[in-house]
Amino acid sequence: MSELGQQLLLIADDELVLGWRNSEWTGIAPFLEEDVAFSSIAQNEIGHARALYELAARELGTTADELAFDREPDQYRCSRLVELRLVPDWARTIARHVLYEQADEQRLRELMGSDDSELAGLAAKIDREEAYHRMHAQMWHERLNDERRYVEALEELRPLVDERGEHLPEFAQLWEEMTMVRRSVVGATW
Amino acid sequence: MGSPDGTRGRGVIYEVFRLERKGQPFQHAGSIEAPDEAFAEWYAREQYGRRGESVALWVVPREEIVEIDEFIDELERNYHRVDGYPLKEKLKEARERAGTAAPADR
Repeated sequence: MSELGQQLLLIADDELVLGWRNSEWTGIAPFLEEDVAFSSIAQNEIGHARALYELAARELGTTADELAFDREPDQYRCSRLVELRLVPDWARTIARHVLYEQADEQRLRELMGSDDSELAGLAAKIDREEAYHRMHAQMWHERLNDERRYVEALEELRPLVDERGEHLPEFAQLWEEMTMVRRSVVGATW
Repeated sequence: MGSPDGTRGRGVIYEVFRLERKGQPFQHAGSIEAPDEAFAEWYAREQYGRRGESVALWVVPREEIVEIDEFIDELERNYHRVDGYPLKEKLKEARERAGTAAPADR
């Protein structure tokens, strides 16, 4: 697989799995407005994953759906940070959100400077949405910054940002759920 | 709504008005609860401004809205009042007399 294909998959996997995890807050977030906001962020992340999978799929001669849902668990390259199931711990959820947005910003900056104009364009498009996610993360960070639980969560989760390879045990269940419909009728189209 | 850490209900209510197009008046869009102004702006944008439906949002704490609870009319100068003139009915009668239909909805 080309280096570009690898890199696109890694980012797409991060976005898909984080979108999935964030969507677990839908209906149970601390208050209604935040429920809408966090669900919307989750949906954006999955949208970014889709766009990145589409680009990777062309590179690899496959389709976005096959990349997102038809791979074996050990083929996903997402970081351990996004794999964690954090419901119902809001402090750790926000800590992950803040850490992820920081790392994602750097990564997007690099992609925006790519010689591949299509990739650079997509990265810029994604970054315009991520800017709102960063604002959201920053507001929560400022609000929780003097809470011990939150500060400890930041320290706990920081090392996981770039930890990849063997999945956390809870990834198996996420994969099971995420790919269930596709596996139920192989090759089905909607 | 349930809350794992009991943060429900500590926010401020903000009223949100939106401008659909420049040159038009602001219209009430709805209300949101938020812990502070920054959150209020973000949530307002999220709920009333991310589908191209608004060119501006006006987010104001509900407490800032002035309530008028009495109409001072000690001398009963009822010509000051704006109620009591059912213009719609009068217009309808006038149109019937003149034999013209109401203009079609624009």
